[in-house]
Formats: sequence, structure tokens, C-alpha cells
Amino acid sequence: MSVNLTINGRAATAQSEPATPLLWVLRDELGLTGTKFGCGAKLCGACTVHLDGEPIRSCSTPLSRAADRSVSTIEGLSKDNSHPLQKAWIAHDVPQCGYCQSGQLMSAAALLAANQNPSDAQIDEAMKGNVCRCGTYVRVRAAIKTAAAEMRRGKA
Amino acid sequence: MKHAQRAASPSRPSRRSFLKSSAAFSGGLMVGFVLPSGPAGAAGLVHTPNAWVHIADDNTITLISARAEMGQGVYTSMPMLLAEELNVDLRKVRVAFAPPGKAYGNAMIFGLQLTGGSTSVREGWERQRLAGAQVREMLIAAAAERWKVDAAQLRAEDGQVLGPNGRRASYGELAAEAAKLKAPEKVTLKDPSQFRIVGKRTPRLDTPAKVNGTATFGIDVKLPGMVYASLQQCPVQGGKVRSFDAGKARAMPGVIDVVQIPDGVAVVAQSYWQAAQAREQLSVQWDEGPNAGLNTAAMIAGTRAALASGKPFPIKQQGDPDSVIGRAAKVLRAEYLTQNLSHAPMEPMNYTAHVEADRARLVGPTQWPDALQGAIAKILGLKPETVTVENTFLGGGFGRRIDFDYAIQAALISKAVSKPVKLVWTREDDMQHDFYRPLGVHQLAAAVGADGKPTALTWRVASQSVTGRVFNLPAEAPDALMTEAAVPLYDIPVARHDAVKHDAGLRVGYWRAVSHNMNAFANESFIDELAAAAGKDPVAYRLSLLETQPRLANVLKTLAAKAGWGTPAAAGRHRGVAVFEGYETHIGAVLEISMKDGAPQVHRVTVVADPGRMVNPDTVEAQIQSSVVYGLSAALWGEITVDKGRVQQFNFDTYRVMRHNEVPAIDITLLESREKPGGIGEPATSLMAPALANAVFAATGKRVRRMPIRPETIAQA
Repeated sequence: MSVNLTINGRAATAQSEPATPLLWVLRDELGLTGTKFGCGAKLCGACTVHLDGEPIRSCSTPLSRAADRSVSTIEGLSKDNSHPLQKAWIAHDVPQCGYCQSGQLMSAAALLAANQNPSDAQIDEAMKGNVCRCGTYVRVRAAIKTAAAEMRRGKA
Repeated sequence: MKHAQRAASPSRPSRRSFLKSSAAFSGGLMVGFVLPSGPAGAAGLVHTPNAWVHIADDNTITLISARAEMGQGVYTSMPMLLAEELNVDLRKVRVAFAPPGKAYGNAMIFGLQLTGGSTSVREGWERQRLAGAQVREMLIAAAAERWKVDAAQLRAEDGQVLGPNGRRASYGELAAEAAKLKAPEKVTLKDPSQFRIVGKRTPRLDTPAKVNGTATFGIDVKLPGMVYASLQQCPVQGGKVRSFDAGKARAMPGVIDVVQIPDGVAVVAQSYWQAAQAREQLSVQWDEGPNAGLNTAAMIAGTRAALASGKPFPIKQQGDPDSVIGRAAKVLRAEYLTQNLSHAPMEPMNYTAHVEADRARLVGPTQWPDALQGAIAKILGLKPETVTVENTFLGGGFGRRIDFDYAIQAALISKAVSKPVKLVWTREDDMQHDFYRPLGVHQLAAAVGADGKPTALTWRVASQSVTGRVFNLPAEAPDALMTEAAVPLYDIPVARHDAVKHDAGLRVGYWRAVSHNMNAFANESFIDELAAAAGKDPVAYRLSLLETQPRLANVLKTLAAKAGWGTPAAAGRHRGVAVFEGYETHIGAVLEISMKDGAPQVHRVTVVADPGRMVNPDTVEAQIQSSVVYGLSAALWGEITVDKGRVQQFNFDTYRVMRHNEVPAIDITLLESREKPGGIGEPATSLMAPALANAVFAATGKRVRRMPIRPETIAQA
């Protein structure tokens, strides 16, 4: 039994049991280890990826839900750090230990895809599910604003 | 504890020993994870003038970080110190983590290769620059020999040695010859005024890999033929397997084996998820052991009783405070309580091991690679040199990864199944099987003079000794890591400070800032109580006791100005202050809060620090931001409780930590200083609880003497 899906724009087939959380399919079967395991219970956001553009917690999403749908992971944001969010993350030197940052970036990417001028309250709402024990929050917020500004300029 | 390392004899490695060329490396990079931070080059033959600098024929320069990167920035700051004297462009080097090796011992921690205690920069400040300068001089000497000129005519710049008449050679061209030379015993370091790298805000070298998913953490390790394990441990710490039935688990898809190790029963499967699912089907009967009846109330009561009846070890005594207090007209007494806490780093414990008959390969995150190597070699009956340890990035440490129980487990499981195994704990495993921050009871008493100042003080803490467990110390041995910041810098003429070790039962570990957190909560709360009793402003009162401490007084004055202390706060807002010296950093914080439904809301945190000379000021700032968030989580919500021997918190729903929407504005001022570097990864953590308690007092008139500072605690105060 296999499940067909699109990952970062490319067709992929996963052999794991359909009930397997997407997180472990990505990490262990498909080798996309940028997506991290933090809590296994939708409490920390480290495993955030996009399913048809929507941010989801891959630790609690069965593979079957991704069948014939499109998944984006941190590896799909860009490999060369050219995405405005990655550039902003580098400019603000956001990561510390770095473990939660893939999830932070994917939540931020979903936010900015929908709203390129988010208020603080909107950033809070979009990001409050992403825990960072190193406390990079202040820089995450600043980097989101920098990236949003670049994306607005890009559109103008 | 079976894996506790006996303390190595406290011998400081001499300057001579580390300046000697390291024999640990020869030809080829030995480090498992060499993470390119600059343009990647082909490796070529690698030459190692000393343990810190590897130069390949193709001019690829690799700088070794002996310290583990857990977020605190050593992957950048250690290379900055080396590069400053080596005269290379940081953007053109690679960085690698050191394997276990004597050259990499931490002189501030008995020569052990341990990352902790906010020591990395303090210990590396001179040593890493000496190491860089030494290699620079060896490269110059090699060029002098090659060109038959006097070395004094040569200089090293940007990865090249430059000579008369435009002669030049890259470090790579000279490396083979340089590595054969005797290391110079004496090298001259730059005056700080000449620094080109150190002290400048420098982009972290690990950031690019941490924003595109390519940074390798322990959980990302993959070895050929590797299988996965999930381990069921006894819900009561110290409990042992009595019997188990693995029939159902073995029938689950992908399961390879079910094995018992001293810490529990492990399911080994083709994938992690299969292992985790099959583990749910295990039926294990436990012998819960001596901790089966443990509960938090009894732990606190036992600790309080020990404070009164136990034999204290002295910290400091000056005069006879009992007699002064005994005849004082006014005496203030208070007891403070600090709670058990979990580290809860974002990356749950995990480790990868491949144990074979005559060797073992260990790959994963640790703060203490040489101890891990030694302990596992001993358990496996192998010679340490046949046990390789490759460190990865740590998905948070905070002290948790000083312990390496999880690595021992991985090794034992690998041995049992004769395969490379990656053991991954669940979040629940991580929170249930932590080495917790000990709880502590503090009792203070002060005689107060007519001017409101303390004339005498007694101070005692009763708490559990982490160091006693980790280093297997005798019960009567004093523990310096219980007494950090116990004696504040305030001028109190007559005082006695001492401490009682009491094993409350739950296993304990080094938690960020260790006992600074506990002792600063007591001290900075009590000084606030004294100020209030004297009817004095908390800042002015502290300053009146800091006349002989210009550094801390300067921090406090600057802090008061930055926080607007002298001006009224906005309606409904209240401020609290705390200052201290920790890890040789002088630092203070003001919290501005309001009260909502009985709970404090933190709106603004102002921090002023004099950390001495800085290597990367941006990292210093980041570490303070980090400490504020980590410290506030513990001050507001963090608490591990135990009932029937079981930790009652499992995940981030029951162990609350700060989130984006709860983060206050954080305003940080770093004071220019020519003092030697202080540690910065931890100290600010310790100021959050006392500053919060003091702000709550300002807001409500209620004095909370117990962490965390929650509505129910405030209501009961």
C-alpha cells in the first residue's frame, strides 16, 4: 500500500502505513529531517508544515490526510536561503539552538502568504502555537516584519 | 547512579599542555559532523598545527569548537577568538565540534570537556586566542624557513603569510610544513584595541543551516542500517522492571526486537513510529522502588526539616550574627521556597549508537562528550579509544544534556540487537525522566538598625546537591554549586551563610543558572522586604548598601534610568527590581507588570548588564533575551510536582512555557567594560522571579515567597 502526494512541488510516494503521522514519513522515510519532533501533541509547533498551503502540525496529521495533496516543508521554502523569511531570519540572527526554527518559519510563511502586513496581534495569533525554549520570540517578530516589508516591496 | 562519573582529579591543564601539538588528529577530518559555514572546499590532506586549527592543502581552514552548541553561540564565538589571532576571515572557515580529547578540557571545570556554567567564553577568552596565535606563528615560521628570511620580516594576514618583495603563500600552502614545527611556547596576543573580530557584532555561523533545515541535530542522525528504538521507563524514578509481556508488541508491524535494559524495556523497529506504536502494547510490571510514595508536599516538608536539623556546611561567616540578631530591637525573618523544574528543551532526548564487539560509534547531542565516552566504554567493557563520540547541534541543553542517560540507553539497546540504533524519547518521556532543578527552602533573618539597614544577617538554604549525584561526592562534602550568589554584594557587616544538603528523593540536575536562580530569589526578595520595612525606595535602599561595589551600583543606576524608575508608571502598572553578580557578570532587571484576574502580566523587562569584555555583543544580547523568556516561564508558571512517585507533568499543556503572545518588550543595555569577560548564557534567568515577586508586592502589597508566582500563591500570600 502506498500514498501518493506532492512534496515541495515534486511527486512523491510514501510506503508507510496510512495512519503514520506525516512527520515521521517526512523525516524517516523521505529523509526530510528539517521538520522537527517536539511534543507529538500539537502543543509546540516544531513539526509545522503546509498542507495545500495551510499550516498543520505534522506530528498529529496522518499520512492518509496528505494523499493526493500538496505538502511544503522547510526544505521547500528555499534551499539557498533566498526566501524573504530566511533572509530576514539571517539578518536578525534569529535562531539559537535552532531546533524549533523550521516550525517557526513555516508558521510565519503561512501567515505572510495570507497577509503581508501583519499587526502584532496577528503575528501573535499565527505564532502562538510555536514554542521556542531559547526565547527567540523577539527576533522572530522582528524578522517577520522585515520579511513582510520585503515582500510588500517585491509586489509594489 | 550507575553512569555517574567520579570527579576527575581537579588538575588544571597547563598552558604548556594545550599548546603542545595535539596528537589527537592526523590526516583527514576526524569529526563526524563538519558543517560548512563558508564556501565548501575539497578536504585534501589536512594538517593540524594544534588541536584547534586544521588546514587542508587546498586552504580549507577548519576551526574546532571544543564546546557544544546548544543555542548559546559558541559555534561562532569560539572561532571568533581563534580567527582574531590566526588572522583569517570567519566567512571563509569551517567549524567542527571537537571529539573527546584532553586538549579540549574546560579549565574552569577541572579540565573536564563540559559545556556549562557559562564558562565557554570566560575559559576560551585567552586560551583560544593563544591557540590561534600559536598557529599563526607556526605558519610564519614555515614561510621563513621556506623563503630563508627572518620571521620578523613576515606577517600573517587574511589567510596568507606575506613577505618582502611581494612574496606570499596561503596558509594551505604552508600547513604541511607548519604542522611539523615545534609549537612556540610564547606568543604575543593583540591588545584589545587591535581587535578586528572580537567585540564586533558578528553574524552567527550556524544561522544559515538553521533556517533551511540542514543543520544536523541528534534526532537527524542516520547511520547505515540504522533501526529505531522507543523505551518504556518506570513511571517512578529509580523503579525497575519486575517482568514484562512483549507478545503484543512483537506482533506489531516493523518490530525487530524487544529488549530489556536496566532503565526499562525498549522496542526496536524499522521506523520510529512503529517502535513508538508497539511500545504502547507493552505490558510491564514494575518494582517501583523506594520512591513509590514520594510526593511534593513531603519533599518540601523534609527539606524544611533538614534545614533545621541537618548539619550545614559553611559558605561565609563574618562576626557573630546570632548575638546581634538576639539583642536587636527589630528583626525581619522570611522563608522562601523554590520549586522543582524541568529543562524541557525543544529537542526531546535522543541518541544514536552503533555498538560492535570491539568498538562503538556514538553520535548525538551532549554537553559532556568525554564523560559520555568514558562511561559508555566502561559499561560496554571497551577501551575508551575504541569508542568514538561525534557531537551534533543540541536542540537545547539548559543543563539537561550534561547528563547522558539517554546515550547509555542507546548504546545498551544497540548492543542487545547488534545494530545501529537511534533511540528517541517522546516529550512525555523527556518531562517524566528529567534530572529536575532541585527544590530549595531558604530561611533568612536580619537585624535592622535605626537607619533601616541590616546590621546582621543569617542565611541558610536546604536543598538537594546536584553535584553530589553527578560526581558521586560523599554526603558531607560541600557543594559550591548550591551556594552560587548566596552571598550578595550588599554591605552587611555581620553575617553567616551556610547550606544543608538534603536528598528530597527526586533525581536532580543542573538547570540553567543552577543555584543562582534559587539563591537570587531569596536574596533579592529579602532585600526588597528590608527596603519596604525601612520605608525606603527599593533602588535607593540597594544603592545605600552598594557603596563599595561600584560595578553593581553602576548597573543599578543605569537600570533605574533606563526603566524610568524615578517616574510614575502608567496607570495600573507596577515595577519590581532585582540585581546581582552571577558568573562574573554584573546585571540587573526591572519588570513592569499589571495584575489581571489575580495574575501578573509582564509588559516590559529592562535589563542592564556589565558582562565585561564581550566576544559577540549580538550573542550577549540574544542570551539575555533568552534568559528573560526562560526565567519568566519558571517564575510565572513552571513547576514539576510529584505524587505517588510520579511526575505529574507530561507535555507543554501541563508544563506551561512562555509563548509568542506572552512575551514582554525586552529592553537591553550592555555597558562598555574592560573587565574580563563574564558568563552570559545564564545569569539573567535568575533575576526574573525576584523582580516579578517585587513587582507583585508593589502592585498588591502581597509578598510572594514561593515560586512560581501564580494567582493562587499571590492570593495566599
